[in-house]
Amino acid sequence: MPNPRIFKPEEPWQAPEGEPIIRIENVSKRFGDFYAVDDVSLHIHAGEFFSLLGPSGCGKTTLLRMLAGFEIPTEGRIFIDGQDMTAVAPYERSVNMMFQSYALFPHMNVADNIAFGLKQEGMPKAERETRVAEMLSLVQIEKLASRKPHQLSGGQRQRVALARALAKHPKILLLDEPLGALDKKLREQTQFELVNIQERLGITFIVVTHDQEEAMTMSSRIALMRDGRVEQVDPPRRLYEYPASRYAADFIGSVNLLEGFVLSQEDNRVLVRSEEAGIDLEVIHSHPLIAGTPVTLAVRPEKVRLQNAESSLPNRLRGVIKEIAYLGDVSIYHVELPTGKRIQFTQSNIQALAEQPLTWDEEVELGWPANSCGVLEQ
Amino acid sequence: MKRRFPLLLTFLVFGYAFLYGPILSLIVYSFNESRLVTVWAGFSTKWYGELLQNDQLLGAAWLSVKIAASTATGAVILGTLAAMALVRFRRFRGRGSLQVMVTAPLVMPEVIIGLSLLLLFVAMQETIGWPSGRGQTTITIAHMTFAMAYVTVIVQSRLAHMDQSLEEAALDLGARPVKVFFTITLPLIAPALMAGWLLAFTLSLDDLVVASFVSGPGATTLPMVVYSSVRLGVSPEINALATIIVLCVSVAVLIAGILLYRQEKRAQREQNMLNATQAADVAERAQASR
Amino acid sequence: MKRFPFTAWDAGRRAMPLLSRLKGRGLIIGVPWFWLGLFFLLPFLFVLKISLAEPALAQPPYTDLIEVIGDGLVSISLNFGNYVLLWDDPLYRGALFGSIQIAAVSTLVCLLLGYPMAYAIARAPSHWRLPLLMLVILPFWTSFLIRVYAWIGILKGNGLLNNFLLWTGLIDQPLEILHTPLAVYIGIVYSYLPFVVLPLYATLIRLDLTLLEAAADLGCRPWKQFLLITLPLSLPGVIAGGMLVFIPVVGEFVIPDLLGGPDTLMIGKLMWTEFFSNKDWPLASSLAAVLLVVLIVPFVALRHFEQKAGEEQP
Repeated sequence: MPNPRIFKPEEPWQAPEGEPIIRIENVSKRFGDFYAVDDVSLHIHAGEFFSLLGPSGCGKTTLLRMLAGFEIPTEGRIFIDGQDMTAVAPYERSVNMMFQSYALFPHMNVADNIAFGLKQEGMPKAERETRVAEMLSLVQIEKLASRKPHQLSGGQRQRVALARALAKHPKILLLDEPLGALDKKLREQTQFELVNIQERLGITFIVVTHDQEEAMTMSSRIALMRDGRVEQVDPPRRLYEYPASRYAADFIGSVNLLEGFVLSQEDNRVLVRSEEAGIDLEVIHSHPLIAGTPVTLAVRPEKVRLQNAESSLPNRLRGVIKEIAYLGDVSIYHVELPTGKRIQFTQSNIQALAEQPLTWDEEVELGWPANSCGVLEQ
Repeated sequence: MKRRFPLLLTFLVFGYAFLYGPILSLIVYSFNESRLVTVWAGFSTKWYGELLQNDQLLGAAWLSVKIAASTATGAVILGTLAAMALVRFRRFRGRGSLQVMVTAPLVMPEVIIGLSLLLLFVAMQETIGWPSGRGQTTITIAHMTFAMAYVTVIVQSRLAHMDQSLEEAALDLGARPVKVFFTITLPLIAPALMAGWLLAFTLSLDDLVVASFVSGPGATTLPMVVYSSVRLGVSPEINALATIIVLCVSVAVLIAGILLYRQEKRAQREQNMLNATQAADVAERAQASR
Repeated sequence: MKRFPFTAWDAGRRAMPLLSRLKGRGLIIGVPWFWLGLFFLLPFLFVLKISLAEPALAQPPYTDLIEVIGDGLVSISLNFGNYVLLWDDPLYRGALFGSIQIAAVSTLVCLLLGYPMAYAIARAPSHWRLPLLMLVILPFWTSFLIRVYAWIGILKGNGLLNNFLLWTGLIDQPLEILHTPLAVYIGIVYSYLPFVVLPLYATLIRLDLTLLEAAADLGCRPWKQFLLITLPLSLPGVIAGGMLVFIPVVGEFVIPDLLGGPDTLMIGKLMWTEFFSNKDWPLASSLAAVLLVVLIVPFVALRHFEQKAGEEQP
């Protein structure tokens, strides 16, 4: 199972004095009347593994293509390494791209594909051959050097595309759905390889993906996009634990959303009255809130626990189990509250074939710690 | 499906018999001893011999080949440009008119093309003094104009089916647009260009009507000679000429067909191999991850 | 909404697809446009102009529309007589309607013959398709003139067909086919058959066969499957193929000239005669102008259905 990436203590986006390698300033891209990208500003730092995540049509690919130089922003500017690159042609940028279709030249063999970019910059033959060999071994396809693209499997093509894009040692590598064409098993394996290569070379990676698991596994930070705008930029863990909007909470993982309004706030302990829950809920929230403000509480299903004799969690909710989904590693339960609202919670299936402790129509009592709940103001 | 197949087969057999019967009759009677086409008087190749001594006909054939070769080359260049413009540039002023102008010559009756071009050439000669006479140049220009339409159609469909990210990848790797065209685009559309060239060549070689209008006194092309001889009736010499033309074209098309067929076969084999390697790849990785 | 002050004018000009910015853009569009404009579009204006002139014994053999008659006076003489003649004279009117009729009938016959062929090729085992298709295209590559000529030898009074029929005893007197409208129909259908087979094949091969399976599954018999599914879906191919035959055949010259008789009136042949035999360039031009106008409607239909077929392509 993919684990969230372990963060290095030095998180470059935290350091205020560091100059970002990419500065996207108020960039918009319009096609006719349609804003594919709408007023986006982002700073991306050297060495990051940065993901643009969102559903199809959210503008992530257009943004990537503007970084590569295939589209010119309608408004705004793009700085790479401090230089204004807004309208610079793709062949004059120190940025390389790995295409979703891989775009391997079908009439050239693997080695010639990888050498293509080096030939364009006029690298001498001997040096070029060394570099190609280096790239082949980096992605472990030394034996395939003289094959043509149509003689390769999907996974092998993906490696060639990566090697070709890395061959010029670009400062920034753009990857458009790099794992999209691979099957699930291969995809999980390749995720880690990509991260390893990125760490080894220290190149800034910018990845476009619609797969939240992929983004969570690989990225140092994720920009969540929607309708041409950036909803939230955060490291995966923050994005998951502290989503800034209903959209963010809903897009990544599953979540229980409870509507309500603020009753009171003492220090950082907030009391929220929720008609949907039928009770007052307690959450920890440091941001000051005025009483009466409507808020949405977001609780992840795995944070919701069964109350028992020992535990005395706050936010006690009674309900009846209506649905059970057995997924192997966990089971998901849908509990209907007296108000009609349904709450999801998950339990790990620790013992094989153990008697299922819970069954349909059973009455249960749920709860969650006050600090395991997000507060969304809207 | 199966039940209906004999009916379809009959249609096919009948259709091909209809298409090839007349051509076969020409070939058979080109070896007839007698001048009378209807009476079989024994096998002979004497009409081929006479053909080789007909200087007027040979001269016309040589002129036609020269015109056809330059037409084909010019039409490929113009047609490729038009196809690039239509496929690669989505929006530009004059796109609609260009699209219409490359489709229209495909169906425009030849008498209209011939007459209108002649009137243009006459008017141009009167106002700017060029072309000073009518002949090889005017025929070539006229042929290029309608042949480029065919080339455009062929190249257009090839370009439209080409993954455009191939060109973008080359740009991204630092190749300038002109270089991208010559190293990536051109090799990939080369078969379409070849097909377009051959088609333009045969179209030009075959044209009677347009050439008759825009030709001058000195320039008589092969179809013009054939036409004036055919109007007088059936002649075994023309049968012999037809046989030679049919033979040349068949061999060329056959070679092209075999090449295409082999390419498809190879692609199929490669696809099979690919599927196998992919399966192996998955299995191998599944093993490794365990 | 706050926007970076990157001037709108600048942005608008730059907000074009990448390749549009290339220096060669003007050249790539301009060269073919200029060529076709000069050698395809412009000539039609001359056709119109000359059609309004009068024939003259001169070089070139027509009068000028605009004449300077001294003192800065300009005389413009437009002669609509040709168009009046075309309408009044039954010969020309007959030729126009005759051409349309012949073209329409032979288009229909081509479709009736070509559809089953295209269907059979599209449903043939996959390794047979390419050779079968090549066999349809092959005659198209051999000389048109010679293929029409071949029919003279077959159809004439003492030609192959008559000899064969006499030999079998089906007839005791040679049939007169050459130099009749029937010979023209045979020649046209023969020459233009590949033009319908190819577009029909292209639409039929794209047809998703699971649609037929779905229809069968819903209780549709094979013949109805064809009528309700295959035929409607191949309609763009039918129309494109039909127009590819109809439009050029209306102006056909070689076939009526070689195979038709003196009573087979077709506008293309008439134009040729007026131009080459009578040296009446203005009348030939007005015939061309009328022909052009007649063909605009089917041409627009062709473009429409070709575009439609193109859009439906997956």
